[in-house]
Amino acid sequence: MAIRVKFFASLREQVGKSEVQIEADESKTVAQVWAQVCDDAPLPTQLLMAVNMEYGHQNTLVKDGDEVAFFPPVTGG
Amino acid sequence: MDDTQLLRYHRHILLPQVDVGGQQQLAQSKVLIVGLGGLGSPVAMYLAAAGVGHLVLVDFDRVDGSNLQRQILYGTAQIGQDKSESARSQLLALNPEVQITVVKQRIEAEAELEVYMNEVDVVVDCSDNFATRFAINAACVHQGIPLVSGAALRWGGQVAVFLPAQKHSPCYRCLYDDRLEEAEVCSEAGIVAPLVGVIGSLQAVEVIKVLLGIGDSLCGRLLLFDAYTQIWRTVKLHKDSACPVCSQN
Repeated sequence: MAIRVKFFASLREQVGKSEVQIEADESKTVAQVWAQVCDDAPLPTQLLMAVNMEYGHQNTLVKDGDEVAFFPPVTGG
Repeated sequence: MDDTQLLRYHRHILLPQVDVGGQQQLAQSKVLIVGLGGLGSPVAMYLAAAGVGHLVLVDFDRVDGSNLQRQILYGTAQIGQDKSESARSQLLALNPEVQITVVKQRIEAEAELEVYMNEVDVVVDCSDNFATRFAINAACVHQGIPLVSGAALRWGGQVAVFLPAQKHSPCYRCLYDDRLEEAEVCSEAGIVAPLVGVIGSLQAVEVIKVLLGIGDSLCGRLLLFDAYTQIWRTVKLHKDSACPVCSQN
């Protein structure tokens, strides 16, 4: 098992991939997941996130088998 | 309804969920649309064509040449004209039975919108900035009026429905922190033309369902669309118990 991390819309372009998997050796927060997949970069403030398709925040806990999705805020009309 | 109307709305009336009663209900409905750009164009056109009785159109802006790639309410001849007036002409040509009220105003505060919300059944957010979106949300929460929210940029769009009269409905502020800086704008980031058609059409569908009280609305869900990969996702939303706008509601 592992944690699946998905990047949606313009984030997919910025990160350069739509999905990665990381080993889930221990429970971690969404912010820690981001840091692990993005070379220890801090979690951008301009970002929305979901765990198992439920809206979450940077401190939401993620465990083995979970899916974390990051997506950008959009205000254009 | 007379014979002409029965013919005009026949394909709606064929739907058992709409029928003559539902069509009459649409005719008695009043919908306020904020923003007459890329999203507001299809929303207003579909709602006018669908026979929503009264549309209140809010936009302060004029038509610019750079709008025409995606804002299908306008053509080359409308460049320089008020969007709201131009939209009224176009929508009345589409369906003369619809009553149109035009508001030429920039909305950045709750009170600026509230004066136009009398007897409004649904508000549609087609605006392009956080300040307007938060003002619309606060007004809808405090007036208990359903809000159908859409947004689009580059290749991606989002749609959500907020029903403040329902106890457990989140609001736009539960989703977006108002300390967020302004997200990118399409004049800098770009946008693929038909994306606003997709997102605006989804908004119009949700408006019709909310007006008729049918189907499963996107209340409590955020629909995400990535046109580039053609992937749709739905994220469950929860009411934020600490939300400064709706937690006291």
